[in-house]
Order: sequence, then structure tokens, then C-alpha cells
Amino acid sequence: MFQNFDFGVVASSLPYLFGQGMVFTLTLTALAATGGVVFGTLLAMMRLSGVPGLWHAAKLYVELMRSLPLVLVIFWFYFLVPYIGAWMTGSPNPIQVGAFTSALITFTLFEAAYFAEIMRAGIQSIPKGQTAAAQALGMGYAQTMRLVVLPQAFRNMLPLLLTQTIVLFQDTSLVYVLSLTDFLGAASKVAQRDGRLVEMYLFAALVYFAVCLAASFLVRRLQARVAIIR
Amino acid sequence: MTDSPITGSTATPAPAAAAQAAPSDSGLQPGTLIEPARQRAPGTAMIAIDAISKWYGDFRVLHECTTAVAKGEVVVVCGPSGSGKSTLIKCVNALEPFQKGQITVDGTKIADKATNLPKLRSRVGMVFQHFELFPHLSITDNLTIAQRKVLGRPKEEAHKRGLDLLARVGLSAHAKKFPGQLSGGQQQRVAIARALAMNPVVMLFDEPTSALDPEMVGEVLDVMVELAREGMTMMVVTHEMGFARKVADRVIFMDQGEIVEDAGKDDFFGKPRSERAQTFLSKILQH
Amino acid sequence: MNYTWNWGIFLEPSPEGTGTYADMLLSGLSWTIATALSSWVIAFCLGSLIGVLRTLPSKAARAVGTAYVELFRNVPLLVQMFLWYFVLPEVLPGSLGSWIKQLPNAPFYTAVACLGFFTASRVAEQVRAGIESLPRGQRMAGTAMGFTVAQTYRYVLLPNAYRIILPPLTSEFLNNLKNTSVALTIGLLELTGRARSMQEFSFQVFEAFTAATILYVLVNLVVIAAATLIERRVAVPGQR
Repeated sequence: MFQNFDFGVVASSLPYLFGQGMVFTLTLTALAATGGVVFGTLLAMMRLSGVPGLWHAAKLYVELMRSLPLVLVIFWFYFLVPYIGAWMTGSPNPIQVGAFTSALITFTLFEAAYFAEIMRAGIQSIPKGQTAAAQALGMGYAQTMRLVVLPQAFRNMLPLLLTQTIVLFQDTSLVYVLSLTDFLGAASKVAQRDGRLVEMYLFAALVYFAVCLAASFLVRRLQARVAIIR
Repeated sequence: MTDSPITGSTATPAPAAAAQAAPSDSGLQPGTLIEPARQRAPGTAMIAIDAISKWYGDFRVLHECTTAVAKGEVVVVCGPSGSGKSTLIKCVNALEPFQKGQITVDGTKIADKATNLPKLRSRVGMVFQHFELFPHLSITDNLTIAQRKVLGRPKEEAHKRGLDLLARVGLSAHAKKFPGQLSGGQQQRVAIARALAMNPVVMLFDEPTSALDPEMVGEVLDVMVELAREGMTMMVVTHEMGFARKVADRVIFMDQGEIVEDAGKDDFFGKPRSERAQTFLSKILQH
Repeated sequence: MNYTWNWGIFLEPSPEGTGTYADMLLSGLSWTIATALSSWVIAFCLGSLIGVLRTLPSKAARAVGTAYVELFRNVPLLVQMFLWYFVLPEVLPGSLGSWIKQLPNAPFYTAVACLGFFTASRVAEQVRAGIESLPRGQRMAGTAMGFTVAQTYRYVLLPNAYRIILPPLTSEFLNNLKNTSVALTIGLLELTGRARSMQEFSFQVFEAFTAATILYVLVNLVVIAAATLIERRVAVPGQR
């Protein structure tokens, strides 16, 4: 079955695949996860604030994002970001942003909707007594959140946040539709150039599998160790 | 003779007035729970437990337990929590596997690879601590599903038998309801009827009243007393010593996986030989 | 901003000559729905089977179930799509491989198989969680009544588990629906792909994407409404 296969093509393209492709993928994942958690937490706080307008906006945003395919959102932002840039800088013409920046904005804003739901559950999991205790000590809303509620919520939700980050790592492969050179994009380019689709896609699958399996194994270990504080 | 609202038992015929007075929901309807063919015939062992031992890893749960339940006999198994009594009774219909020994139920060997366990279990009725009615099925469906799917009875026949038994435990009005709409005591009575619907040769009860609110214990025990008096072979894990006094033929006391005492009811309550049984009894009978 | 809106674009004929741009998007929507429904059939059946495997007493059965879930969960969907489309026909024995390549509508069948197997791993996790959330005594009660293992699952465990996991299954159904868009990479003419084509032909980017967005939101709302209806119909009186 594999007699016609040339796995040399994989070996010779390793520096390109990892030096460029995987670095792109990991950078995008790390930055988008960080941005997504921050923005997602804000969305969760807005949604739980009970302030009319504020929580409506957050709910609308989260539910809209969650009902759209990521591919469509990638296209949306790819075309929309230059116009937003122009609007923000007051420029008469759409501003050219790099493909990486566009992808980063897309993934941050898209994943924020998913992180927001996790953080909302995390904040809600903190007993009301904690908030009451913080307020009894004279803390205001911001202090209560920053010093008491959010640290516990983060800790409780850490495994879920990391699992979502693994999903994000897999999702970044969809920048393929913008012809960017992430790990899959790099593999795909070599595959097309050398006519070695079978070898390159199998290798890409193997690498993603190994990384995700190892990462989810670590998350499970962490989950067992970081028991929910009560 | 009887101080319970039970009426119409074959052993103790009650005045018709008492039967009339029994409210349909908490009292039993006249009739029999089991057919005469299955009634008491002392001398034949219905359940023979022969030197069974069971381990969870290194932890020994049962150690060389040997006893027997004769046809028509009512045996109460008691003992402190963790003594292995629930495990023992679950071994009888092979819900729990055991590593050593043999159990024979109505002539069928449990630990025999050739034994058709589902078939055997269909002839052994079991009542659980937490009732375990199937929550997605109506009371009627709970009573008929195993009759139809395991015994292959036609729908009408299963229906009739199920509703008859439901009437016998005094719950006819609830046939179309779902388990979640009944009280714990009512659910447990349905669970007993469900087991009886299979025409079991023996009934196993695993702490049938310990998950009930105190005010519901009586209605369940009434059904069990009735059943015992009609001659059903029963093995009952329970702390209800009043029940044991009333209907048990023998009492088995277990501690740390061993059968410590296995005696006739009067001997057991009169003069338990082991110190452990004495301590247990004094604790349980204090209040 | 100097974007020129033209909402009339939908009524203009598309360069493909098969109708207006609106027709083009609606045909995309129907491919999206057809793909989502077909793959869901596979995902639901296979996923239930795998989920059940993971709850059986047999160690071997559990290992097979776990291996399946880990395999399909840890490779990105897009990569799986490429494996099904580009790699599978090559590694299959010659005649079978070329038969697949010559299939009419190959992107559709490939997408259905790929999404079906992918989503099955997610359904399996839900089914497993549902079964495991049931009290242990339920399985025992079924067994004690003389049910075989298969009967216990059929009459006791699964009907209860499915009721419990209906909400997460609805999410998985919606995820599967959204994931059909990944199949545009292998040439499936589904909604996102059609919106993208419309943008390329007409340059009316935002009209095209707005229309696609509205269609996705509408389908989502319909699915959620349907799920609520099902939930109400299968609700058991007296529970919660």
C-alpha cells in the first residue's frame, strides 16, 4: 500500500514546516487565546452585570458568533478589518492590514465568544457568600471581581479554558482559506509543489494528533491535581 | 392477630369490614400476590449459598459464606453497614460476581459458565434500596416491559398481570403516572409489583425501606409481610427488626464479610450466641 | 468609508447562468442542510455505538471506543477533510480508489462521511456522559429483571441518557451544521462557499456575507425551536 510513497519529501521540508508553519500556528494560538480569554472575561462580566444594554449587547455578540461557522467569520473579518481600520484612523480608503493581523483579530474575537461562556460558568460557580464576604470587607465591584471572584473562577475553569485552547489550536488550520502559511498551509504548499499530497497530509495529521493528544493528556493531569476550591 | 391494615391474606382471613375500610392507596386489596403453586413447601432449598468468597482487589468483601433458604422460607439478613450483606444478596442473582464458591438457585448453578444468567434473573425478583423504577416509563410500562421483552408475554396478558398486581399493592389509580410523580413508598410498592409480575420463584430485597421517609416505611413493610404470609420464598436485607420478628423464619447476622450467626428467629432474638450480634442488636433495638 | 452598498445585487443574475445571486445562496443553503442532515445520521448512529462501547464492562470494547474518540478529536477537521478527499482514494486498493474519485458529487459524499465520523466522536462523548450520569442501580435493575446487556441499553439506559443529553446533542447538531462550511475547501457548493463566490463575482462583499449570516442565524433559530419542541414532547412527567 505504501510502496509508492516518498517520505523523503517530509524529511526535506521539516525546517519549512516547523520553522515557519508551526511557529505561525503556535503564535496565532497563543496570542488569540490570551486575547480571547481577556475579551471573553469582559463579555462574561457584561453578561452577568444585569445592566440593561450591556448584557444585551454581550448576549447578542456571543450568540451571534456561536451561530456562525468560523470559516464565514474568517471571510467577514478579512474584508471588514480594512474598513474598520479606515474608520478608526479616519482614512478615506480601506487600510491594508497584514494577513496575520487579520487572522489574529478574527480568532481573538471569535474564540472570545466561546471563552465568555466558560468564564460565565466559572464566575457563576463561585458561591454568593464569597461576593458578600468581599463586600463586607469594604471592597467595591471591581475589587471584588479582580481580587476574589475572578482568581477563583480562573482556577476552577482552567482545564476548560485549556481544552478550548486546544480546539483553537486545531481551528487555526482554517486560515488555509486565506492561503496563509500556518502548519497545514505549509504542508499543503509542499504537497502541491511536489505532488505529494498523501505523504504531506498524513504527516500533518500525525503531528496535530500527537500535539493535541499530549496536550489533552496534560490538561487531564492538571484537572486531577487542581481540584475545584470549595 | 394482625395489627396492620392488611386485609384478605390467605393466612389470616380478615373480616370483610376491614377490607372495605382499607383506603385504596395505602392498604392492600384482597387477593393473592402469588399463585398457590409457589407457596410454602419446606425442605427444598431454593437458594443454596456454598462457601462463597469475594474480593475487591486485596479487600475481602465476603469470606466463606454458607447458608441456604428453603422453599417458602423468609430469611432476614442484617448486620452493620459494610458487613457485606448487600453484596451477598446481589451475588444470589449474579449482579455481583464472586471469585470462590457456588450459589444454586432453584437447581441452577450461578457460577456455571453455561448458565443463562438473564433467564435465571427473570425468575428471581429483586427490590432495590432506591426503587430503580425506570423513570422514562409509565407505571404500567414499568410493570410490563420485562414481561414482554424478557418473558415474551403478549401485551394484553402482561397488561392484565401488571394491573392486577398494581391493584394488589393498592395503587391502581396511578397506572398512567410516571415514577417521578409518586412518593418513595408508592414507588417501592410499584417496584415490588414489578418484580412479582415476572412470577419469580424467590424474592430478594436489598434494604427496601432504608431510603424511605419514616412515615412511608409501614406501607412497604405491609406488602412484604403480606407476601411472606402467602408463602413467598424471601431473602431480605433489612434493619427492620419488627419485620423480622413478625414474619422471618431465620435471621442471618453478618459482620466483616462473614456470616457470624445464622439462627431461627426465636433463637436469634432470644439469645444470640455471638457478642457481635448482641452488640448490634442492642444498638439497633435501643430506640 | 467608500464602500458602495447595492442590496439589489441579489436579484441580478449570477455569472454562472443558473439564476440570480439569491438563487445561488439558497442553493448553497440547501447543500449545507443536506450535508448537515446526512452526516448527522452517521454521527448519531456511530456516535451512539461508540459511546455505548465506552460504558461496557469489557475492557477491549472500552479501549476501542476511547481510541476512536481520541483519534477523531485530536486531528483538525480540515485535515480530516483532506485525508478523506485526497488521501483515502490513493491508499485504498486501485479499483476502489478510482471508483471513489469518479463518484459524481464526490465533495458531497466525502463531506458527509468526514463530518459524520468527526461528529460521531463528539456524540459518543455525550452519550457516554449521559449513560454514566444515570444511577448505577438502573443498570442493575435492568439486569436483575432478566434483560440482556443489549436490552438493558435499549429499554433502560439509552432512553434515559438521550433525554438527559438532548441539550448538548442540540449543540453538537449545530456545530455539525456550521462545520459543513469547512467542506468548501474540497469544493462543496455550500452556503459559505457560495457567499464567497458571490463576493468574488460581484465584489459586493458585505451584502453576500450579511445574507449568509442571516441564513445561518435563521437555521440556528429553527433548530433550537425544533429542539425545544422535541424536549417538551419527550419530557417525562414528574421529573424536574
